[in-house]
Amino acid sequence: MATLDPADLHAVWLTLKLASVTTCLLLLIATPLAWWLAHSRKWYKGPVAAVVALPLVLPPTVLGFYLLLLMGPHGAVGELTTALGLGRLPFTFYGLVIGSVFFSMPFAVQPIQNAFEAIGRRPLEVAATLRAGAWDRFVSVALPLARPGFLTAIILAFAHTVGEFGVVLMLGGNIPGETRVLSVAIYSHVEAMEYGAAHFLAGGMVLFSFVVLLGLYLAGGKLSKVTR
Amino acid sequence: MSEKHVSEIRAHFTLQLESFALDATFSAPVVGVTALFGPSGSGKTTLLRCIAGLERAAGSLYMNGEVWQDDTIFMPTHRRPLGYVFQEASLFPHLSVRANLEYGFKRIPPSERRVPLEQVVEWLGLERLIERGDPAKLSGGERQRVAIGRALLTSPRLLLMDEPLAALDTNSKQDILPYLERLHRELNIPVLYVSHALDEVARLADHLVLLQQGRVIASGALGETLARLDLPTAHLDDAGAVIMAAVAQHDEAYHLTRLDFSGGSLWVGQVKQPPGSRVRARVLARDVSIATVMPHGSSITNILNARIAEIRDEGPDKVMVRLMLSESHVLLSRITRRSRDLLNLTVGMDVFAQIKSVALMS
Repeated sequence: MATLDPADLHAVWLTLKLASVTTCLLLLIATPLAWWLAHSRKWYKGPVAAVVALPLVLPPTVLGFYLLLLMGPHGAVGELTTALGLGRLPFTFYGLVIGSVFFSMPFAVQPIQNAFEAIGRRPLEVAATLRAGAWDRFVSVALPLARPGFLTAIILAFAHTVGEFGVVLMLGGNIPGETRVLSVAIYSHVEAMEYGAAHFLAGGMVLFSFVVLLGLYLAGGKLSKVTR
Repeated sequence: MSEKHVSEIRAHFTLQLESFALDATFSAPVVGVTALFGPSGSGKTTLLRCIAGLERAAGSLYMNGEVWQDDTIFMPTHRRPLGYVFQEASLFPHLSVRANLEYGFKRIPPSERRVPLEQVVEWLGLERLIERGDPAKLSGGERQRVAIGRALLTSPRLLLMDEPLAALDTNSKQDILPYLERLHRELNIPVLYVSHALDEVARLADHLVLLQQGRVIASGALGETLARLDLPTAHLDDAGAVIMAAVAQHDEAYHLTRLDFSGGSLWVGQVKQPPGSRVRARVLARDVSIATVMPHGSSITNILNARIAEIRDEGPDKVMVRLMLSESHVLLSRITRRSRDLLNLTVGMDVFAQIKSVALMS
């Protein structure tokens, strides 16, 4: 049987690190965005929602391609990061993070937005009549009531980042020990006809995904009962 | 600044919504219960939401001379010292009953906590409910009692109630009304009470603000306003007069109680209140008939001297008659146009009002 060689082990670790960082960043970005989408009546709410949902329909390579151009030596972001002395982002961990954040955005925004919309205005109005200011209302009423949505968002964003391939390959390349994540490692093994190692990683992914989805299903059921 | 008045609530709001325009001006005393009364869609709830700052309307709101809203100031809801009871109890589902009660209480400075938790629990009979954790396990009436307690615990200077009984079944309503009456008697907080149910208003309110299609068409003391024949309230099916009276005497043998007021006496089914207690009685216009001579051999107990003050046609077959029992006490009587003509009833005539039924409201 094949065992995990150090490069594969690093790929697993890198994947988990990438997914964790991406999920944390996404929570910070998606929460205010979801709140705005749930409550805004501005005309440009539709276009913003469509842009957020784009990664759902675009091939990941398209997103990766444009991000690569943008962050590359002649892209606006690339010139900025070079000017700031940060170097260039493609083919680094940070490049992977940025690509993943964009690619998994809808999986974080939509569950949270749905949860905020399901709460409605009433509980927040009640809180306002009970002397709670805007931030207080958000923390003491909106966040706890939206908890199932946050849980779904965390699990989906994390799992989706673990499973992503196209964006990562375009932006990060396939540098062993640096930007080679799990899905890319599997691809490389298959290309090199190392089916044993590929099986080991791929089987692990199947098991991981199943456990995540099962957990999501069970937790979702329980949580929705609590809030009912 | 001339619009500021001490010791009253003074409100003026204009708001244009898609299908509805509010243009309401009224003032109300800062004691007792003021009912905002009108048919569905008359803008009562919208007006209440404007007062709470939940709806951002143009206009002004002065509370005891303090500006809550004018052209330059808009105090946000959470800074207005008010309590709001919504039609549905709207308890926070993620908090226990106790945490719901304490939500607002914890958010006001300790020095402003004039209403202690134990007192609210006692007033509203929440002793057993507070031990039950999950608000979802309470009945509709119990939930609404917790919601009222939650609002009271912010020590509000004004309590706003938006049809707090409308979402409840008849049993829960009967269950909760005594608590509201008790609050009315014992609590020194002015209440604005939105309702479209005349019996609730007659029972709880001291002051009436009538709304129709987004406008205030009349306001005044409850008894006088209900008896005004130029207003639609006097022509509702359950129109009637409210009489404030004192318990005078209990007749143990027949299980009756006599109520005295300046216009005479009324016998009603025996009540629990001791002699001297103030009660309010409601007499529906359809339960009052008129006789030109003192009826003899009638089973009706309550026959009062009255003078006809006004007669107004009501539909093709009915008229509404306003009867003065004294300077300050009025009855309404709905009779047929035919009876008016047969008895030749005219304004200024002295008659006898026969009262078939009296509902004791508290």
